[in-house]
Amino acid sequence: MLSATDLRLHADALDYSLLGLYFVVVLGIGYMARRSVSTSLDFLLSGRSLPAWVTGLAFISANLGALEIFGMSASGAQYGLPTMHYFWIGAVPAMVFLGLVMMPFYYGSKVRSVPEFLLRRFGKGAHLVNAISFALAAVLIAGVNLFALATVVNVLLGWPLSLSIIVAGLVVLAYTTLGGLSAAIYNEVLQFFVIVAMLLPLTIAGLHKVGGWQGLTEKITANNANAAEQLNSWPGNNITGLGDSVLSVIGLVFGLGFVLSFGYWTTNFAEVQRALSAKDMSAARRTPLIGAYPKALIALIVIIPGMLAAVLVPELDKAKATLLADPGAHTEVNFNNALQLLIRDLLPNGMLGIAITGLLAAFMAGMAANISSLNTVFTYDIWQSYVKKDKPDDYYLKVGRWVTVVGTFIAMGTAAIAGGYNNIMDYVQTLFSFFNAPLFATFILGMFWKRMTPAAGWAGLVAGTLAALTIDLLVRAGVLELAGQGPAFVGASAAFVVDILVSVVVSLATRPKPDSELAGLVWSLTPKADRTQLAVGENAAWYRSPVLLGTGALVLTAALNIIFW
Amino acid sequence: MAGKAGLFDLRWIIALLFGVYGVVLTVVGIGFTTEADLAKAGGLNINLWSGIGMLVMTGLFALWASLRPIIVPEDAAGTPMS
Repeated sequence: MLSATDLRLHADALDYSLLGLYFVVVLGIGYMARRSVSTSLDFLLSGRSLPAWVTGLAFISANLGALEIFGMSASGAQYGLPTMHYFWIGAVPAMVFLGLVMMPFYYGSKVRSVPEFLLRRFGKGAHLVNAISFALAAVLIAGVNLFALATVVNVLLGWPLSLSIIVAGLVVLAYTTLGGLSAAIYNEVLQFFVIVAMLLPLTIAGLHKVGGWQGLTEKITANNANAAEQLNSWPGNNITGLGDSVLSVIGLVFGLGFVLSFGYWTTNFAEVQRALSAKDMSAARRTPLIGAYPKALIALIVIIPGMLAAVLVPELDKAKATLLADPGAHTEVNFNNALQLLIRDLLPNGMLGIAITGLLAAFMAGMAANISSLNTVFTYDIWQSYVKKDKPDDYYLKVGRWVTVVGTFIAMGTAAIAGGYNNIMDYVQTLFSFFNAPLFATFILGMFWKRMTPAAGWAGLVAGTLAALTIDLLVRAGVLELAGQGPAFVGASAAFVVDILVSVVVSLATRPKPDSELAGLVWSLTPKADRTQLAVGENAAWYRSPVLLGTGALVLTAALNIIFW
Repeated sequence: MAGKAGLFDLRWIIALLFGVYGVVLTVVGIGFTTEADLAKAGGLNINLWSGIGMLVMTGLFALWASLRPIIVPEDAAGTPMS
């Protein structure tokens, strides 16, 4: 941090009051949600009672953490429009697939977590492997979010890093232990609106200042040699690092669009949990579908501010020119600062307070999602399944609360690991390659191939994770030469392929479960009526049809792709 | 089971928070905006417009919540809710 003073936001009493009001409301929600918590299911899955618009917004808010907002606006400043692919091809199709194809199995089988689905489909081996690896991933990623926030608070407000980590962790802890998942989800919905309230005015003000979209494209064209790459979303050579346009498109569609995105969105319990807490099958299926619309649109108000910052903020404009000429150059500010620089330059006191609130909210959304999903998995899938069985329900409610406390403190510790990485996004992608890519392979094979055996379930997961781990070690040892997020992408692909191969080989050598135990868990053994919700009562309304909502999300995404071709 | 939820309506909480934010920003935008503030965003009164936007949003949420209130049924499953 060469120039910490340049990055400071000059917040005044008004800004702090707006921030304070937000925290009062957040803690108030935790307190009020407590009154509705009487069983462990209330605490850990909100008693399966939430309406679809709430779970849908929470679904994307759980992912819209500080990392996402900072990482994507930084990427927008650096690469321009191709960054949109992380939202469009990298999220929307997978969310539609989750809602239309996979949710009937998740919600219909009444499991309480993703590992529990593995328990039903494959038995204990796969269950335990996945529960432990998920719990590990959750505390590591919560640490990343905590670190990201602490850096922001440190730079923006001048609080020391360690103090920021502790204070922020304690606030999340307070509302999640009080109200459990309902509090976390309600706050995520609130956070969603506060984040939009920060980004939308910022985008509008920036576009106004630069002279509209035309002004922005003119400035980018004038300042950058590779303006055409930055102003067209396809083929995105600059973001894939592939010079050949055909390969670049293939890389985007299969690498980002299939393995990484389907792996993340369809098996990450922090996301899926939001849908499991919906009140009925229809609402559960609509959760990711409703989330897909804001997900597609929010790309515009995350990435365009990044692009604006690179032309409107003189320091960043200069840094971008330097970095384009020499990627290794040392500059005063870097792309990670894009959003905060734009906030500093554009927003007067008042909106500044809203923006700071939005930044803190973004961080807490990510962390709370990790902690609340850790709760459920640890309580149901580790403690209740393997350590203390058959205790009364209020015992598990208590365990859930304690896991929240312990998890938060561990996250304060893992924040230090995240701090050791130069680029936090690389670290996160590496974690995903270890945990999510093999899980997706096992899921997809297990849902559509009834022959897949219990032994293949755990063997595939272990082999896949080991494959990703091997790639990571080879890169660290310098055997494989890959830069940036390359190791994570290769690791994820390797994990996926190895998992499939091992699962198929082991399945052919071992005995499958009888068909009767797989009803509701495997596509071909589940009657169509069980896979679809009853279109009766209020769910019969045409605008609540999952197929219609899913198609609409895909059409919207296609339209956005054409507009920003 | 569904009846006991007693979940306070999130829509009113959103309306409350953004109602307060909207009023504060609108007042600041009208009464306490300096030339320097305006110059920051190229002459756009960002506090005023954001404040108005938030008040509109407050209105929409309040309208939705009062037109389609949460009905907590006595005992049946399937809580109707907009």
